[in-house]
Amino acid sequence: MSIIFILIPLGLVLLLAAVAAFFWAVRSGQFDDLETPAWRILLDDDRKPPP
Amino acid sequence: MTDTPNCFHCGTAIRGPATHQLQIDGATVTLCSDACQEIAARIRDKGLTEFYRFRTAANAPAGAATGPERWASYDREALQREFVSSRSDGSREAQLLLQGVRCAACSWLIERAMAAVPGVYEIAVDPLTTRTRLRWDPQLTRLGELLACIAVLGYDPYPYTEDEAGRAAILERRAALPRLIVAGLGMSEVMGFAVALYAGALHDADPAIHEFLRLISLLVATPVVFYAGAPFFRGAVRGLRRGRPGMDVPVGLAIAAAYIASAWNTFKGSGPIYFDSAVMFVFFLSCARFLEMAGRHRALSLTGALARHLPRVATRLRDGRPEIVGIVELEPGDLVLVAPGQAVPVDGRLECGSARVDESLLTGESRPVRKTAGDPVIAGSINLFGAATICVERVGTSTVLAQIGRLIAVAREERPRLVELTDRVAVWFVTGVLVLAVASGAAWWWIDASRAFEVVLAVLVVTCPCALALATPAAFTVGMSALARQGVLLRRAGALETLSRVTDLVFDKTGTLTEHSAGIQHIETFAGHDPERMLELAALLESRSEHPLARAFPPPGTTLAVTEVAAIAGQGLEGCVSGERLRIGTRAFVLGLADINASDDSPESAAQSVYLGNGSQLMARFEITERVRVEAPAALAALRSAGIAVAIASGDQPGPVRAAAQCLGVEAWHARLAPAGKLEFVRRMQRGGHIVGMVGDGINDSPVLAGADVSVAVGTGTSLAQHAADCILMGPGLGALPTAVAHARRTMRIVRQNLWWAVAYNVIAVPLAISGLLAPWLAALGMSASSLLVTFNALRLGRAPQPVQATAPEHALSEARL
Repeated sequence: MSIIFILIPLGLVLLLAAVAAFFWAVRSGQFDDLETPAWRILLDDDRKPPP
Repeated sequence: MTDTPNCFHCGTAIRGPATHQLQIDGATVTLCSDACQEIAARIRDKGLTEFYRFRTAANAPAGAATGPERWASYDREALQREFVSSRSDGSREAQLLLQGVRCAACSWLIERAMAAVPGVYEIAVDPLTTRTRLRWDPQLTRLGELLACIAVLGYDPYPYTEDEAGRAAILERRAALPRLIVAGLGMSEVMGFAVALYAGALHDADPAIHEFLRLISLLVATPVVFYAGAPFFRGAVRGLRRGRPGMDVPVGLAIAAAYIASAWNTFKGSGPIYFDSAVMFVFFLSCARFLEMAGRHRALSLTGALARHLPRVATRLRDGRPEIVGIVELEPGDLVLVAPGQAVPVDGRLECGSARVDESLLTGESRPVRKTAGDPVIAGSINLFGAATICVERVGTSTVLAQIGRLIAVAREERPRLVELTDRVAVWFVTGVLVLAVASGAAWWWIDASRAFEVVLAVLVVTCPCALALATPAAFTVGMSALARQGVLLRRAGALETLSRVTDLVFDKTGTLTEHSAGIQHIETFAGHDPERMLELAALLESRSEHPLARAFPPPGTTLAVTEVAAIAGQGLEGCVSGERLRIGTRAFVLGLADINASDDSPESAAQSVYLGNGSQLMARFEITERVRVEAPAALAALRSAGIAVAIASGDQPGPVRAAAQCLGVEAWHARLAPAGKLEFVRRMQRGGHIVGMVGDGINDSPVLAGADVSVAVGTGTSLAQHAADCILMGPGLGALPTAVAHARRTMRIVRQNLWWAVAYNVIAVPLAISGLLAPWLAALGMSASSLLVTFNALRLGRAPQPVQATAPEHALSEARL
């Protein structure tokens, strides 16, 4: 059972990474507008103009 | 092609021969105008014809081509200050709104086309709000050029400036979200450890692991308590310092006590820990706060949306030549040109011709409103067809739109009586809880000292003042904004409460129940005066009047000055035209100028008479046809079916009043009441124990509006500032009144539900906690669930109120059940 002494701190490090990622996402404004990104997926923007 | 071909670009039907044609993707297409052809050709030349295949709506018809000089004015630093920001890498970023973006394909087209322009780093168009972010290199290009590039595609760009409230809302959200996520993730961890600890205790686990898990729990709970829980501590300190302890005091105390005791026991190596209860408490309460905040922001965004729709620049006509200027540079008297599809930037009057505008932003009514020359036009309404020339009257902060914003802000500041009351109750409630917690702790110290702390904690945690402190103000805020979206504006939040209890509604007749669009039916002149001249004089005088009857008169044909104007409410208007003192209004009032005492013994006809006279005699009588407003019968029927007694109190002659009352099925009507008489009428009803609402046009009935328990002003789009009314119907007519009453009742019902829930919950939960039957974690769960419940219940009001129709009684029933 002593593996738990490694696994739980490891889990906490992952948790810290998740929280840090979330903080970054909030700071960069990704949660300011939750509506429009859902529409963007409907757009094709990879079509090349004909030569 | 069919026999009536449509324009390939804008979809308009093409009349006459197809003169504009273009080769696109190997096919010949027809276009309606030079402008459309030019845009389509440009799109083809850029290789973006894909656009036409993917768009879901036809484009806006192309306006006259605007030269680059229109956009060059945006290169001025003073104009850019409002919407352009400099970035650290030297690039500049502008926030724009695009006129004419109708579907996702439009934003694709713009993004593709602009990405190819040298100097553009990035452009993102949001097809829903048409908000656009444009980032460019100021070394390579100028903003004016880029805007011209967007304009040639057929989309007019406008600067977008965020309002202060919107910015504050985003900042608040950005502060609250990380707290929520820290609390949530921390809670899931600590709960997991707690389960392991309980299970381990049952299965006799290794004491080392036991100790380790407790230490880890402490580690995870620390940021949850001190970071995510910080607002509670701050609120508690603030409340105590002001001598008004709110719900934050027991909450903060409970979190702090649970954390400190658990940390102590962890280091000591024995005794119970409550980290799970503490973090759960923080998380669920943060959730409730976050929901309340989101509801508040949605309510706020209404005024924000209003302000955002105003363009920052306008086309000013100077000596017949259009020029682009900033809104701030406009002055009253200027002429501005508003292209079809654009928002009117200022308050003013339509200069010539006719126009159809969409005033739904202000009135909630989406049907276009027809305006003819001289009619007032309000900033924020959308000009639908044809270019309109508007004479500027009010700009910026004095526009109706700005006034509405201020009114909403003031009403929101004001605390309704009920919120004030719940606030006071909350103080006692919280004090009571603290005393109770200490008392039960002392009692348990004698009974079983080892459980005393647990019981104190449970008592602190379990009591839920949320319905008092959080849910009631939220219900008012959200309820008011839902009404505002329907075109019903409340000047004080307390009006919502009074409106829900109204038993009697007294209506003014003229301008409220009836309208005078039909005009003047008959002109009778006395002493051989010329009818044409009499009408002109009357029109001149009435052009200075706010009375609804004045609208029956045509706009004056000459520009003679009217001086020394004095309006006497309920009687008429006095003024000087070319040196002659004239009066227009009731017979008695007009004769008063000639010092003749007379009663209003006009014939008892259903039509309404307006008299004109000078210092010596009566000059003319105008008979004005009156029509009951189309929506009035349905609105009154709906009010009656809601159990409200309806009465008419009018200053008019008995004839027209009786006619209107019969048409509307109103039995209680009173004619020939002066403003003081109306007030006395209302007072009498109030003495009889009735709660009386007065509905009038808001200007001519000020005293009686002020005397009624709640007052409603109708159909007055333009002169908000003068109103004494508590509640203003922005749309034309009475249609929104039954909705407002129903919504007010719904708001109060939800507030009451919450308060009853709070009473029932606390009555059951507190004794359980005192008797030691409730573990702290169970108390935290119960309290959190209760808070979320009342908050959710209050936010239900955010849904738009259903319009109430008299013809649908089953609808009224479903309203009642809510």
